[in-house]
This record gives sequence, structure tokens and C-alpha cells, in this order.
Amino acid sequence: MSRTRTREALLAFLFLLPALVLLGVFVFYPLGRTIWLGLYRGGGFGGAKTYVGLQQYWDVLQSNEFRHSLGVTFLFALITVPAGLVIGLGLAVLADKHLRGMRFFRTVYSSTVATSVAVASLIWLVLLQPQIGVLTNILPFEVLKEPGLLQDPTWALPALGIVSIWANAGFTFIIMTAGLQGIPRDLYESAFVDGAGGWRRFTNVTVPLLGPTILFAVVVLTVRALQTYAEIDILTGGGPQGDVTTTVTYLIYGRNSVIAFDTGLQATVAVLLFLIMLVVSLIQFRGLERRVHYG
Amino acid sequence: MAGVRLSNVSKRFGEVTAVDNVVLDIGDREFMVLLGPSGCGKSTLLRMIAGLEDPTDGEIWIGEQLVNDVAPKQRDIAMVFQSYALYPHKTVQANIEFPLKARGVGVRERGHAARDAAQLLGLSELMSRKPGALSGGQRQRVALARAIVRNPAVFLMDEPLSNLDAKLRGETRAELIALHQRVEGTFIYVTHDQVEAMTMGTRVAVMQRGLLEQVGPPQEVYDRPASLFVAQFLGTPPMNVFQPGLLEPGEHLVGVRPEHIRLDREGPLTARVALVEALGYERLITCVLPNEVRVVARTSEVDGPREGEAVFIDAEPRHRQHFDVETGKRVEA
Repeated sequence: MSRTRTREALLAFLFLLPALVLLGVFVFYPLGRTIWLGLYRGGGFGGAKTYVGLQQYWDVLQSNEFRHSLGVTFLFALITVPAGLVIGLGLAVLADKHLRGMRFFRTVYSSTVATSVAVASLIWLVLLQPQIGVLTNILPFEVLKEPGLLQDPTWALPALGIVSIWANAGFTFIIMTAGLQGIPRDLYESAFVDGAGGWRRFTNVTVPLLGPTILFAVVVLTVRALQTYAEIDILTGGGPQGDVTTTVTYLIYGRNSVIAFDTGLQATVAVLLFLIMLVVSLIQFRGLERRVHYG
Repeated sequence: MAGVRLSNVSKRFGEVTAVDNVVLDIGDREFMVLLGPSGCGKSTLLRMIAGLEDPTDGEIWIGEQLVNDVAPKQRDIAMVFQSYALYPHKTVQANIEFPLKARGVGVRERGHAARDAAQLLGLSELMSRKPGALSGGQRQRVALARAIVRNPAVFLMDEPLSNLDAKLRGETRAELIALHQRVEGTFIYVTHDQVEAMTMGTRVAVMQRGLLEQVGPPQEVYDRPASLFVAQFLGTPPMNVFQPGLLEPGEHLVGVRPEHIRLDREGPLTARVALVEALGYERLITCVLPNEVRVVARTSEVDGPREGEAVFIDAEPRHRQHFDVETGKRVEA
């Protein structure tokens, strides 16, 4: 290699260094460390750990706890992603009008993006509280009374879903609004002159041209749903009945989790969740991208 | 088949008057060109005829129907947009069929109609492509095919050629004229391009600042402009304007088209040749009067004056047009 080439390579490395350091410290090292930890059993709080190797993955996959939490996780995604998408898109379409005061509604609709999940959870904890909760007192449903929605085995997960949909609505609304603004007005006007009504304009212009935005939202919302943790930790603690709302992330991190103090098992579950999310995202891209038209 | 009648139509956006009390009668099967600089209100007028804007005042009639409160769908019109407004995710076939689909026409019938329209515009080979895979000229044809597929009474076109390059624009002009003769509809065509206005329109309506300045056959508007604005907007280079008393005694502005300026050995005005532009078939000679006013002459002579030479400027009386100093309106001598 000539001297100038060496110098250029060194310079290139120098430019890459800040990114490499950041990614290394916060992504690659923890990832490698987690994979390594996943080969051991035990090891929480400096305790002794024993090497068990890949056998641990097999054990986890066989366990009822993991299978149950995986089922809860997918059910939660099924509740939150389609509904969240429809609500976000619906609000964005409603607010995409040049009317006086629309700016106010846009601010309101996007406000949850600036609300942390912890705050959102506390708001809903107060709303759903069985004795003094606002919703309990204005809605006539018996299920809201003691012990309350969050402690009801049937309703606890859907209730968490509502909180999650509400907390994500701002994000979905903002990206859908951005997507809508990228659709040329001419297309709507042309369709209008050609005799297409509101619904036909929505299905023939809005939805197809929002394709890339919708795909992005589906992938991001799904990943978020599969990673949901804070709402569960604050509102149900994985319960009622011990594990009704124990998702995979709660199994990993939750204080009430059966593997709460086994760092090795936690790492194994975390790696499995990572692989599952990777596969789900790939399937979504493969499946939806064929139907998506990029301008 | 139907004509379009605009009766005292105005459109105001807040304080701004985009279209000001326009009265215009467009005959059945006429090719009417709305001509004017950008912001003159011509597109707003077209959009009101389409039903995309509501007039603030006045009445819009299509055929025998007052359409002020009629939805675009029921107006029996088709519109071609400057951007073509093709659906990027639909094939050419689906794009052309869309107006029929939106009206609930059956699959078979609309497939048939789309193929007919496509054939008329030479698109038959491209039916399964999407707009992204077409050239600008082809997209423009798809937009036209989509307009004619329903066989509407009135075609509205908003600067449909402005996104094409000069050569293609020339070809498409001729095709649009032919199309107008074939489809037997009323064409209302918005442009700021005077060549399009001169060559395509059976009549031209020239607009400025929301007002209709003049309506008439293109040649008549060119030969006898109703105002200084029309005189200078139509024609390249624009008409020369002489201050009162300069070219001849009198109190009116005197306008002379470049092709009618005579550069001679004697005449009422002396000038110096500042620039000679040879365009092959003609020459444009820019002269400067002692008061720094520029006068452009158009000539086919090869041995004309050269840059720097002194010349005399004149124009035959029959080629002099007179305009009021205050209003800019035409004054008959």
C-alpha cells in the first residue's frame, strides 16, 4: 500500500471513530455481553454463575413462562398496532383540512408525543382508579368498579392496550400528517372533478400514496408494542393473577418476574426477543413492501 | 355538448380580488384560450368552471344549467392539470379508466373506452406501465386520454404543455388542435404562452389583474389590441410604444409592432443601433433613441444597419396604433 493510501485509510478511520465509539459502548458491547451472559445460569447481583451454553435457549423455549409471555406479547401487539394505526391515520385525515383553528387540534392530537410513558401511565392510573377514578365515576360500566379494569383478568391487557394506543397516538398522528402533506393536492382535485367521492378519494389516493408512511408506522408500532414495559410495570406489575399481563419484556425486567434475579436467563430471553423482533420486522417489510408504491 | 357562460363572475380571497366581474360567453365546441401573466386570475376562473372554487359573485352556466351549486361530478367536464395529476400507483390503463370507475361504469365497458382513448393518443403499447416509467410527453397524453375517456361536454386545461420541452410542446400543440376537432367538445385552455394562444385558440380571452381585457380571434387581438397591456403582452418582442408627440403630433401614446418599424435614411426620429440579433430567418435590431428609449425592429433584410450606426425610425400611418395616456385603452384615430 502506498503512503498516501495508508494516510487516507487512517483519516477515514479517524472520521469513523466517534460513531464507532458511541455504537461500540452503547450497542455492540452490551449486545455481545448479553449474548455471552445468556450462556450462563444465575449471576444476578454478583452471585455465582454456571456455564450451560446453548442448552439454555432450548430450556427457555420449552418453558411455560416464556411461551405464555410470548402469547401475551403478540396479543398485545394485535390489540395496539391496528387500532393505533387506524386512530392515528383517522385523526391525521380529520386534521388535514385548511380550517380555522386546525392548528389547535393538531397540537392537541400530537401532544402525547411529548408525554413520557410514565406520565401517561399515571394519568390512566388516576382515570381508571376504581374508587376515585374519573372514568369510573362518569361511565356506567360495572367492570370499572372494584377491583377495577386493571385488576380484571379479561380486561387488564386491553386496558393496557388503550393506554399504549393513547401514548403512541401523537407519534402516529405526526408521521401520518407529514405523509399526508406529501400528497399533491392536484391528485385529490383531479379525483374530485372525475367524480370520486370522499371514501373513494381516501382509498384511491390517500391510502396508496401513504403506503411508505403506513409501512413505517406498522413496523415502528409493532417494535414498540413488542417492547412495551413501563405501562405494565406501573399499572399492573405483570398481573393480575401473577402473569396475565406479563409480556416478554416484563419477564426480562419485571420485579415480579419468575426470573427476576437470574441475569443469565434474562439475557437469554432478551436475545430471543431480539431475534423475534428481527424476524417480525423482516416479514412485515417483505409482506407489505410489495403493496407499497414509492413515489 | 355545451357552451359555457360566465355572467359577472368574481372571486375574492379576503382582500384580494382574483377574478373581477368577468363576462364571457364561450360557444359550444369552441377552443377558448384564457391568456395572461401569472396571477391574473385565469386559473382561478378555470377552477370555478370546474367547481374547485366557488365564485363570490356571478353565475356560471354550462349549457342550459346554472352550475354554481352543482358538484364537479355533475358538470359534465374533464380537467387536465399542469402537473397531469396521474395516480402514481395505478397503471396507465387504470389511470385512464378512473373517471369511469368513479361513476360506477362496469369493468368491461370502461376497459373498452380506455382502450379507445389510448388508441386515439397512441398509448396502446403503454397500458400496463405506471406513470413513473413514462416520459413527460407520454404522461401528458395519459392525462389527455383520461380527460376524453368519458366524452365530456367541456374540457378544462390548466397549462397542460408547460412541463414539456420546447420541441415536444410544438408537436403537442398541433395534436391538441387535431384532438379538439375530433372529440367535438368545448375546450377552455389556460396558458401564459402567447404562441399557444395564437396558434390554438378559436378565440383568446386576455386577462390582467382579474379583469378581462379583451376577447376575440387571436389575429384580431394581435392586430387591434384593446389596450396597451394586450398590445405588449401579445407578440415577441413586444410592441414598441412612443410617447405622445414623438413619432407624430398628438396627445396619444403610439404603438408600432417591431415588424412595422422602418429603419430608413430619413424619418421623424433619429436613433443609434445598439444590438443586432440574427435569428437566421430574421433579424431583431434594437435601437436607442436620444432619450434612452429602446425601439426594436424586425426585418428579414440581410444587409441592414450594423451596431453603432445611426438610423432614422419611421412607421407607416396605417401601422400606428393609438392608446390613451391615462387609461391605456385603445383610441381609434
